[in-house]
Amino acid sequence: MGVPCPMTLYLLRRFAGFVVTMFVAALVIFFLLDLLPGDPARFILGINATPEAVAALRAQMGLDAPVHQRFIQWVLDMVRGDFGLSHTQGLPVAQLIAERMAVTLPLSIFAMIVSVAVGLPVGILAAMRRGKATDTALMILVQIGVAIPNFWFGMLLTLLFSVTLHWLPTGGFVPWHEDPVAALRSLILPGLALALPQASILARVMRTALVDVTEQDFIRTARAKGLTKAEAVWRHGVRNAMLPILTILGLQFAYLIAGTIIVENVFYLPGLGRLIFTAISERDLVLVGGATIVLVLATTVTMLIVDLCYALVDPRLRGRGA
Amino acid sequence: MALVEIDDLTIAFSGRPAVAGLTLRIDRGDRYGIIGESGSGKSLTALAIAGLLPDSSTVAGAVRFDGAPLPEDERVLARLRGKRIGMVFQEPMTALNPLMTIGEQIEEAIVLSEVPDVANLVVPDLLDEVGLSPSHVGRYPHQLSGGQRQRAMIAMALASRPELMIADEPTSALDVITQRVVLDLIAEICKRRQMTLLFISHDIRAVATLCSRVGVMQAGRMVEQGAVADVLKSPQAAYTQKLLAASRMDRRPAPVASVEEQDLLAVMGVSRVYAQGGLWPWRDPPLRAVDRVDLTIGAGECVALVGPSGCGKTTLARMIVGLDSASEGRMLLDGVPYRGRDLPPGSRAAMSLVFQDPFSSFDPRMSVGTSLAEPLHLLGVMSREERDARLREAVEAVGLDASMLTRYPHEFSGGQRQRLAIARALVTRPRVVVLDEPVSALDVSLRGDVLNLLARLRAEHGLSYLIISHDLDMVAAMADRVLVMEAGRIVEEGRPDELFARPQHSLTQALMLARLPDVA
Amino acid sequence: MNWQALRHNPSLLIGLVATLAFALLGVVSIWWTPYPIEQVAIAQRFQGPSPAHWLGTDHLGRDMLSLIMSGTLTSFVVAALGVLIGVAVGVPMGLAAGAWGGAVEWLVLRISDLTFAFPAVIVAILITALAGPGETNAIIAIGVFNVPVFARVARGGALAVATQDYVAAARLAGHGNVSIAWRHLLPNIMSLLIVQGTIQLSLGILAEAGLSYIGLGTQPPATSLGLMLRDAQSLFLIHPWLSVVPGLTIVFIVIALNLAGDGLRDAMDPRLRHQGLAHGAG
Repeated sequence: MGVPCPMTLYLLRRFAGFVVTMFVAALVIFFLLDLLPGDPARFILGINATPEAVAALRAQMGLDAPVHQRFIQWVLDMVRGDFGLSHTQGLPVAQLIAERMAVTLPLSIFAMIVSVAVGLPVGILAAMRRGKATDTALMILVQIGVAIPNFWFGMLLTLLFSVTLHWLPTGGFVPWHEDPVAALRSLILPGLALALPQASILARVMRTALVDVTEQDFIRTARAKGLTKAEAVWRHGVRNAMLPILTILGLQFAYLIAGTIIVENVFYLPGLGRLIFTAISERDLVLVGGATIVLVLATTVTMLIVDLCYALVDPRLRGRGA
Repeated sequence: MALVEIDDLTIAFSGRPAVAGLTLRIDRGDRYGIIGESGSGKSLTALAIAGLLPDSSTVAGAVRFDGAPLPEDERVLARLRGKRIGMVFQEPMTALNPLMTIGEQIEEAIVLSEVPDVANLVVPDLLDEVGLSPSHVGRYPHQLSGGQRQRAMIAMALASRPELMIADEPTSALDVITQRVVLDLIAEICKRRQMTLLFISHDIRAVATLCSRVGVMQAGRMVEQGAVADVLKSPQAAYTQKLLAASRMDRRPAPVASVEEQDLLAVMGVSRVYAQGGLWPWRDPPLRAVDRVDLTIGAGECVALVGPSGCGKTTLARMIVGLDSASEGRMLLDGVPYRGRDLPPGSRAAMSLVFQDPFSSFDPRMSVGTSLAEPLHLLGVMSREERDARLREAVEAVGLDASMLTRYPHEFSGGQRQRLAIARALVTRPRVVVLDEPVSALDVSLRGDVLNLLARLRAEHGLSYLIISHDLDMVAAMADRVLVMEAGRIVEEGRPDELFARPQHSLTQALMLARLPDVA
Repeated sequence: MNWQALRHNPSLLIGLVATLAFALLGVVSIWWTPYPIEQVAIAQRFQGPSPAHWLGTDHLGRDMLSLIMSGTLTSFVVAALGVLIGVAVGVPMGLAAGAWGGAVEWLVLRISDLTFAFPAVIVAILITALAGPGETNAIIAIGVFNVPVFARVARGGALAVATQDYVAAARLAGHGNVSIAWRHLLPNIMSLLIVQGTIQLSLGILAEAGLSYIGLGTQPPATSLGLMLRDAQSLFLIHPWLSVVPGLTIVFIVIALNLAGDGLRDAMDPRLRHQGLAHGAG
């Protein structure tokens, strides 16, 4: 065991931050839901239940333990993958969430891929043609793209591709195990709807970052070495401009997961969002708590991954060990 | 035979010329220096030769390299630059790509130059030539010191075996000792390779040391050019004469019999310790940025603290003025003990600080008058008349007009701002003024005036000065006593004439050796 | 910032004028709309644009222009209050982090990390679970989302300003952290905050639309642009017009705000040009 290099330290500190954030987030969610008026046991059994029956159910659900014990138990159970039992559906919360994640996660990843595949090239092209007609045209498109609400764009896409052209389904979802192609087809329009604003933001940030980098001294050095401006930006600029992009990508992925909750509604997709809404209306707090924790976890893990990528890309974070 | 010929070159930005009607000829084997202050157009001239001017500029006139005009086609021009011109820039940290190793960046230059050698064989040779060890190949720029980075830049510029090397202020971001080493390295390489050099600098003595021919630029125009010896011996243009005069630091007379025996400020065994090592603080010993320093300043005395960057002189100054607190030891200002930040308001009024950078020492959103009045806060409640009288007195003392107080900082030049900064330091009628590199951010031609002003104020108000600087000539001109600092400790002390004539400590000797010879 | 800057910056001019026009349209709706928005007239539903109803009528026969005016007001008010919460909580946090540093800064950063982990939708879900749906949810959710954004922008700006010598000069003049934050830090990051505020306002309009659309925000009989889209949801395949009008209104408002924000950034301080939109996602 040698002296840990700054990189290890950085990762350790970052991981500790992640654990603390998750712990406090769990605390916030737990106590918010605990504050709720109404007794889940009574809610399950109905108004006519006897006090004895309610007390028995409370004991069975562990509701009579002190608050801090219940919190610790809740966290420990979740760490082991046990998110509790949904009393409205009679199924483990983990299983319910996993089923819905099979829609939400592929949708977010698909939207992310589209927005990167469109946003980055557009941003790079605009930066390379800065001040020319291409740049102006692209930036006008981007300005519009940023301003379109994704769910409304989803409606417009349905009008065009489903109602008018009949290319793709208007909504609904065929489970993966029944027909993977149909499942994929039902994710295309929602994916595009989610991707448009994200791609626009990405294109803008990429352009700004690249224009910024282009003004740096080391681009001039590269040109002094014998590269044309475009070659210098391509060889030296793009990688440096990727640093700010990484942060944005992390934020965007987190946002996409939350954004699916809204877009699901347009396309009647059985994702995490619909699960949560049902749970709220039925006062299924175990399910609400589990689902929000999963969403917060997704956000926090994404941020952690971004920071790890930073450490890989930027040698300045790797410390002085040669 | 001319390698570079510039004929009636004009470079303008949105109609405003930055370089006007410039004609210049550099022969093969010449070492040509261009001297000028910031904004004189000297760097633009260099960029024009390499075809690297910003797109926003409009250019008229002709630039010929080796008899032929610069190619129109961008790619051909870029390759010409890569093969025949090597460039070294001012700030080596930003001029190197932070995400690539030194080796990769030098190798790229070799590949682009299309010299028929196998690249990885040449990289170690190049590193050796600039005095870097082969182990530096795999390092990233942030892992090197400023001097090492500049050596790597030079190696990169040499990769293509260029006929012309353009060095644009290559040493001004480096500390004094490294500056001299890099200058000597450039001189030696030019001699060995018989390379033509275009050297851009604001430092007339660096040009005199390195160059055979010199051009003097002012406000976009070439005011004088010729052989270095001729121009320096008998300058024709008034501006050249002014620059030469400014580069000679004459001793400012100390006020007669002003120094009293009694100590105004005493620093006793003061240290500033920083913990290191992050999560494992016990692994690395704490850094002693300032290490058990003792010093005294008598009433009316001018003491200078010199040393290379990072020696702890600025940290010490920050503790003395009360911006930071000492980890060990204590200080006495006119009998009042303090450790730093705990300096009581009444005593704060008796001491003030003039910052190095006149551009960042005024809040751009505050009128100069409000900024100047800020220290009056220390004297408690004050009537409006009293306050205005104080401000007027201070502003007039530095040779400016009280009507300027309602204006905002951006309306003033660097020299005027430094005068205003001095006025702010005087507004509480202090007894000690700490001057942190008071003239190094100013153009050479302005430095003399500000130093004269400081000397006059000292005499008129019986001030004591503590000057923090790396500039030995300025220190020799101003100080009664000099303290040399290295790695947090004061290693040598004495009167400037004696100390500089017979330096004892190795650092003082190194500083004296790094000093460029006087011109004329 | 002056009239000169406006003349040289047409997008700023367009953005400001359009933003003000929309805001005015909303404000007017407090006293006057062409028709009362709660006036249901089933006989007149699904009408196209006509001299009587410039933007047609909806599925209940209500005048679309009146609904748009009132909805614009709601959207602006919700977004603006959300931004206000973000500024009121986030800016002092950021300034404190910049002025004190050390433990205070660490705490502020951790708090803002934690808030970043709760996207607006999740906050809205939690509050809805707690207190039922309503406009207030949307305001608080947008506010919570804005707090870390302003905390980070203020901290970033404050840190840059704090290294300036004039801050050290103020310390030498005996000013404490609070006084320095007020006298020097805040005025110098003001332009940064105004630009960010404009951008956040546009994001707030979008967020309000999304939240109302899924039923977590504005509730009937009040109306907002997002709620109009929710109402149009089940009908938009047959009557696309009902969703086109509020959708386009949102797009125009957001573009206007973004143009104004970008323009302000360019006009106020060229140094700030590249800082915005870093918080555009989330």
